[in-house]
Amino acid sequence: MTGSAAPLIEVVGLEKDYPTGAGVFQALRGVSLDIAEGEFVAIMGASGSGKSTFMNLLGCLDRPTRGIYRLGGQEVSRLSSDRLAALRNREIGFVFQGFNLLPKLSALDNVALPLLYAGMDREARRQQAQSMLARVGLDERSHHTPLQLSGGQQQRVAIARALASRPRLILADEPTGNLDSETSRQVMDFFSQLNREEGITLVLVTHEADIAAYAQRRIRFQDGRVVEDQTHAEAVA
Amino acid sequence: MIFSSLIETAWHALTAHRMRSFLTMLGMVIGVAAVILMLAIGQGAQAMVRSAIESMGSNLFIIMSGATSSGGARIASGSAPTLTLEDADAIRALPDIVAAAPVTPGGAQLIYGGVNWSTSVYGTTPDYAVVRDWTVASGSFFNEADVRRGARVVVIGDVVARELFGDEDPVGKIIRIKQAPFEVIGVLAAKGQSLDGRDQDDTVMVPFSSAQQKIFSGSLRNRARFIMVQAVSEKSMDNAEAAINDLLRSRHRIQAGQDDDFTVRNLTAIAETAASTTRIMSLLLGAIAAISLVVGGIGIMNIMLVSVTERTREIGIRMAIGARRRDVLWQFLIEALTLSLIGCGIGLLLGIGGAWLVGSLAGLPVAVTVVSVLLAVGVSFLIGVFFGFYPARRAAGLDPIEALRAQ
Repeated sequence: MTGSAAPLIEVVGLEKDYPTGAGVFQALRGVSLDIAEGEFVAIMGASGSGKSTFMNLLGCLDRPTRGIYRLGGQEVSRLSSDRLAALRNREIGFVFQGFNLLPKLSALDNVALPLLYAGMDREARRQQAQSMLARVGLDERSHHTPLQLSGGQQQRVAIARALASRPRLILADEPTGNLDSETSRQVMDFFSQLNREEGITLVLVTHEADIAAYAQRRIRFQDGRVVEDQTHAEAVA
Repeated sequence: MIFSSLIETAWHALTAHRMRSFLTMLGMVIGVAAVILMLAIGQGAQAMVRSAIESMGSNLFIIMSGATSSGGARIASGSAPTLTLEDADAIRALPDIVAAAPVTPGGAQLIYGGVNWSTSVYGTTPDYAVVRDWTVASGSFFNEADVRRGARVVVIGDVVARELFGDEDPVGKIIRIKQAPFEVIGVLAAKGQSLDGRDQDDTVMVPFSSAQQKIFSGSLRNRARFIMVQAVSEKSMDNAEAAINDLLRSRHRIQAGQDDDFTVRNLTAIAETAASTTRIMSLLLGAIAAISLVVGGIGIMNIMLVSVTERTREIGIRMAIGARRRDVLWQFLIEALTLSLIGCGIGLLLGIGGAWLVGSLAGLPVAVTVVSVLLAVGVSFLIGVFFGFYPARRAAGLDPIEALRAQ
């Protein structure tokens, strides 16, 4: 599956330690893998397996204790917090299980928020946010606040926000965890379409096999290590 | 992040919790209003004292008949008049002295036509106009010859002129004081309130001798309750005071070791004390008001800290989608600043309105100065920055992962 071009994500010997009262807890014990641009990857594992820690590192929300993480060829594990913030803003879109929209802001303002931190002026922000809402089919709800929207609609607003600054990578943490099966299917179909038609790289954390089945590649974590890494074709075969 | 967006974000956050924002601001509102009002009252009081001092005349002594104490027993000054017209003449002849005016004060009813008015009557000499630096608005003051021959002439104050004559010109008219007819020869220029709050324009002056005979019926035996003396300069006042003491002790034949039968008071020194007392008072008022401003600032810090705790998740979300630490810092700092400056604006309006109300109800000459307004705005700004910085830094220092996990 991986092409000859440099991978979008390149992880070598990634380790993360957390100090605890009883000593050091090793959340990640040496993870090495590549994710190419345009891949759709599902990350699976029990809680405590290290998958959340791994996602936090991929999302530049945290720095590894040891190891190398290159995003788009750039080593990011030693960047300052301001540089990491800029990287998150430009290169990464987040979709969370609990949607994480700001409840006091309208759908439009929520979607425009990353553009605010990108330094875009107000008019441009609103236009781009409006077009993102149109892409998720919510352009008529742009002035509703999250509480006036259904769960599925809220997640679509969150996806529009993740897409707003046109990132290359979208990280989704249990994006269907709070949705019913019909809405889950719609959200996953939308993700697939994004991946297929726009070549956006998707990394998705889930513990549900049918959600993971949308991905082309599945990576399973256990005790801080990768224990399974197979493409869809391999699994079928 | 663009500045206008910061203001917009702060405005969103503040209007989302209107009641809380209002209560937070209340401390600043009251603080600023108190500062403006207290400074206005202080400035007004100082202006009032300053004009009273200016109206009193400069480099003044007042010599009272009688001692302040005699053999350990206190005796009210002026209870037994011991000073004479001749004492005043002798004092005037001293070096360093410009003028000396003996005064016998009293009260009397004035009648003009069908109108009457009770006021204070001063029997004195033309020197009184000199020491008090008092000019006539129309007509003239009486002269030495009027005093010598006990002329029945009177110079009336601005208030008396208005009450007795209305729009009529008083000069040349005859009024009755204790049944005796007196000709009005002059109207004094208005002076306003004295240091002790009396209206100085509600008075009339007649020649010393005329007052003795016609108004006090000779009961005072040509004695003066007090003599007002003006020295040539402030520097010469100490010398002049010593010379007056020596002169009066020898004229009154007071032996060494005997108590004076007069008291010399330096009015200029008393006035300066009054002025500095007022200054200290207004400083004190301002300081107390400033404390309430600081308390208002602490209120803002309190609420901002609560707000940061409550909005931890929001901060996490903002950081995840690309807010740098300084963006978060600015967001909360601008919120605190907006609160304190809006509070300051409302406080200014209340303070200025309150000052106007106090001025018109209590008749105090309050003065809201540009300096006090700038001071209030400047201090509010500093308080916003100072008390907003700690909560803002706390918000900016949050770990995005933990912040996202917060409920």
